[in-house]
Parts: sequence; C-alpha cells; structure tokens
Amino acid sequence: MPEIRWQKDVDSALKEARAAQKPVLLDFSAAPM
Amino acid sequence: MIEAVSGNFLPVKAHIKEQKRTFERFNAQWTPTQIVLDSDGVERHRIEGFLPVEDFLAQLSLGLGKLLFQHQEYGNAEKRFRSIVETHATTGAAPEACYWAGVSAYKRSNDPAPLSATAKLLKAKYPESEWTRKASVWIH
Repeated sequence: MPEIRWQKDVDSALKEARAAQKPVLLDFSAAPM
Repeated sequence: MIEAVSGNFLPVKAHIKEQKRTFERFNAQWTPTQIVLDSDGVERHRIEGFLPVEDFLAQLSLGLGKLLFQHQEYGNAEKRFRSIVETHATTGAAPEACYWAGVSAYKRSNDPAPLSATAKLLKAKYPESEWTRKASVWIH
C-alpha cells in the first residue's frame, strides 16, 4: 500500500519546492513514531 | 488522502521530540498543526488541531486556493474555492471557501456583483458562520 513519503529536513524540502515550484505541507506531530 | 498530500505538496513532518527547533521556527504551539508554505517558504495557510478526513481534505484544498489567490490567479482560485463548497459542503472550510470564491470573482472581474451574490449565498447556506457575518457588509 502506498504511503506518504514524509521528508524531515525543511530546508532541503524548501530548496526542492523552489526548483519544482511546488508548495510544502509541513506537519507538526506528537504522535508515536 | 495520499494523493491529496503527495500530488499537491512536498510533505515534511516535524516531530515534537526530534525537531523542537522547527516547532519554534514556525511558531507551532500545538499538535497536530499543518502549515502550507508556498515555494518561497512563505506561510499561506495553517490548520491547528485534529480534523476528520473530509474536513482535513477541505482545509488542504483551501490552502491550495489561497496559494492561487496570493499569486493573483483569481480565476483558478475561484474554481478551487467553489469546488470546496460543492465537494465538501458540510465542512468548516466550506463557508470560508465560499467567501474567498466571491472575493476571487471580484478581483478577477473588478465587478462588485459577485460580492453581494456571495453574501446572499452565505446567508442562505451558512447562516451561523462568521464568514456570513463578514460578507454581510456586501449586501445592499
């Protein structure tokens, strides 16, 4: 079953977002990992 | 849910035990919180607290609508907001989307008629919403 591939590094994701012109969804969680 | 997230966003997760600095950087005070950032890293929408799936999907769509609006793509923003009203009519996001659909239509056309039509629609569909009260000034 496919899953969401969450990244952990915001700055790396923002670099990728700029290059891809895509927004970022930042999820703040306290759920057990 | 997976398509709504992965198809539209670069998803990033910050856990309170591992990334406290990220919480501080974006002023996240509670979990769960989701923030929509545009491709320049500017916050465009924030969701605080748990939501059932349909409400969450509607909020994500609202965030995408706000991104379009901020980029002055008013026609596309209006379509996005109207689709929320149609597809997620019973969610808390729907009256807000209805409001911003009217604003987008006004911004696109420079015609105030959509504002008063929106105010009447909100009054009929969501009489108790704060967005109806915000739009009440548009009824003449």
